[in-house]
Amino acid sequence: MRTIFFLMRKEFLQVFRDKATVFQIFFIPVVQLLILSNAATFDIKRTALAVVDEDRSTVSAGLIQRLEGGGRFSVVRLQPTIAGVEAALLDREVSAVLHIPHGFEDDLVRERHAPLQLQFNAEEGAAAGIVQAAALAVLTDYARELGVSLPRGPAGVSGAMTVGAPLDLRTQGWFNPSRNYKHYMVPALLVSLTTIIGLLLTAQNIAREKELGTLDQLNVTPITKGQFITAKLLPFWLLSLVIFSIGLIIGKVVFGIPTRGSVPLVFLSAAIYLVVALGIGLWISTFTSTQQQTMFVAFFIVLIYLLMSGLFTPVDSMPRWAQWVAEANPVKHFVFIMRAVLVKGAGVETVLRPLAILAVGGVAVLSLAVRQYSKQAH
Amino acid sequence: MRAFLGFVRKEAFHILRDKQTFWILLLMPLVQVLLFGFAVRTDVYDIRLAIVDPSPGPASRVLIERYSASPRFRVMGVYASTAPLDQQFREGTLRQAIVLPPDVDRALLGRAPLSIQVVTDAADPNTGSIMQAYASAVLQRWHAEQTMRAGGVRLDVAARMRFNPTLESVNLFVPGLIALVLTIVSAMMTAISITREKETGTMEMLLVSPLHPVAIVVGKVVPYVVMGFTNVLLVLGAARLVFGMPLRGNVALLLAEALLYILTALALGIVISTSAATQRTAMIAAMAGLLLPTLMLSGFIFPLDSMPTPLQVISNIIPARWFLIIVRGIMVKGAGLATLWQETLILLAQTVLLLAVGVRRLAIRLE
Repeated sequence: MRTIFFLMRKEFLQVFRDKATVFQIFFIPVVQLLILSNAATFDIKRTALAVVDEDRSTVSAGLIQRLEGGGRFSVVRLQPTIAGVEAALLDREVSAVLHIPHGFEDDLVRERHAPLQLQFNAEEGAAAGIVQAAALAVLTDYARELGVSLPRGPAGVSGAMTVGAPLDLRTQGWFNPSRNYKHYMVPALLVSLTTIIGLLLTAQNIAREKELGTLDQLNVTPITKGQFITAKLLPFWLLSLVIFSIGLIIGKVVFGIPTRGSVPLVFLSAAIYLVVALGIGLWISTFTSTQQQTMFVAFFIVLIYLLMSGLFTPVDSMPRWAQWVAEANPVKHFVFIMRAVLVKGAGVETVLRPLAILAVGGVAVLSLAVRQYSKQAH
Repeated sequence: MRAFLGFVRKEAFHILRDKQTFWILLLMPLVQVLLFGFAVRTDVYDIRLAIVDPSPGPASRVLIERYSASPRFRVMGVYASTAPLDQQFREGTLRQAIVLPPDVDRALLGRAPLSIQVVTDAADPNTGSIMQAYASAVLQRWHAEQTMRAGGVRLDVAARMRFNPTLESVNLFVPGLIALVLTIVSAMMTAISITREKETGTMEMLLVSPLHPVAIVVGKVVPYVVMGFTNVLLVLGAARLVFGMPLRGNVALLLAEALLYILTALALGIVISTSAATQRTAMIAAMAGLLLPTLMLSGFIFPLDSMPTPLQVISNIIPARWFLIIVRGIMVKGAGLATLWQETLILLAQTVLLLAVGVRRLAIRLE
């Protein structure tokens, strides 16, 4: 015990001696959490839409006015040339183009329906789907309005004076009690930031000792493998917990994250989760030989952590095998626990399964690291 | 010049000698693109949908057909009441439900609003809003057709998803991944290799040599430019062969832009290394400092249009943002320099600025 304590003291001294590192460890997560939490949404509030109006009629003017008035589109008027439309879409000046063909109003009056063309810049995938839904909503409402107001032409449909019921779409999002994407993203970002910093520090630590040759000095001392791994893990585990707590306070104070469930439960989960996350860092550093190598492998792991956890992209859309990989991803489980406990107020019984997976992962990773670490020089 | 070439040779040997690192640097980006290219989808498919239709009729039948025909939806069941929904939502077997009012056919002819509920599992609000958008689009089209029969007015909207008609995720992902990997790898490689010399004290030896300090830095960067460029070639080859990603624009232009971006990232690495004394600070700055901002503020995952204005302003300083527009422009949209000159110029300006800062800081350190 005393040995571990001395070793830990040495690690702390080494970190806190280096003012630049200390500054980074606390500054980077705080700033990024404050800034990036605002970025994580697909909800497109306002985008530019170009209108090519070849009809220049009252009806087409009304349509443009509805689009402008809806608040979601800033309308740009374009000359009716194909080249102009292409250029606008190509250099991302607008994200959609509405083409109102010549004779639009006449067609509507005479035949009660008329063609319109909408083009979307779909290079950003799903974003185009959201823009499309917003545009269609405006068009549908306007069609309804026209159905009532538009005079019937000579060949108009006779008889029925009804125009059909307007559509009243009521959208409900379940399981999202706070209706605020920041409440959803802040836990995810906080976990990402804590993990990146903690993993880097842990992985880099042993690699550095290897590079400088001081690891050989440690190896000839009577320290056991278990003591060594513990002493290398604990200091960074504590530091990460501190970063995590600071982030949580920021989340609460700045972003108003609710704390409906038990905060001690969140910290217990964090403590277990960090053993897994940092343990992987230790394990990496047992088989790499330089800091550079360690960093590249760590980068690889961090990207898998982030991109295959469902933090930024839906797990459901992944192929089956990738969903299994995601199941083995500690980030996924910990973020699930945080969201469930903090935002939804879930109790122990809800988070028991992910918590158990994390605990098993922690034991597995640590035994792997202890086994892999060899006191013999190569 | 000979001394400089000798120095570049020495640096190249440093990289080649360490076989393990060499292979990690060369193959890691390729593995990442293959792995994430197969695994990650930003779009939403296979939405498990239920339709509640208390009194089935011709209109609701058409609606159910529409949803069944769409590749985005999988209709799990049509129910007469909302009773079974709650349980299925909780179990996760359902993601979305459309709740129709009774007697839709008659209601469509009337004047009172036809209220239809779209219930979405919004546990993930982002995916939720995408699902909602897709479901509403189907409903709106259906409604327009139905009211047309009732004597309303119909706008026949022909919607076209340009450049990426199937909203293929790979087309979105590969450019983003190239930008991300190049940023981190190039910046980290340079930063680490320069700070290592500082840490081990060999930098001082280099500085007292007749080589100009700028030549030392350039010499250190040259082998990594080659390495980064090889990475780009491998990744692009894989994107094309394995994922069939389009390359509609000019290949030479694409490679030139990639080279420019590698330089930007390396310049960033130089700046980091001039302000970091140890490899540890350099690494934290390169990875913790760059990873999430590049991932989130470049338009890689979250569309730039969706960000609040201050963040859109901040995103301007992220080089990956411009590179992403360029790569998507060339590969997916077939754009040329005539369209992309602004982005290219911005990237060029950022590179020059970073290099200037890097070299200046380096010079100050020597006095």
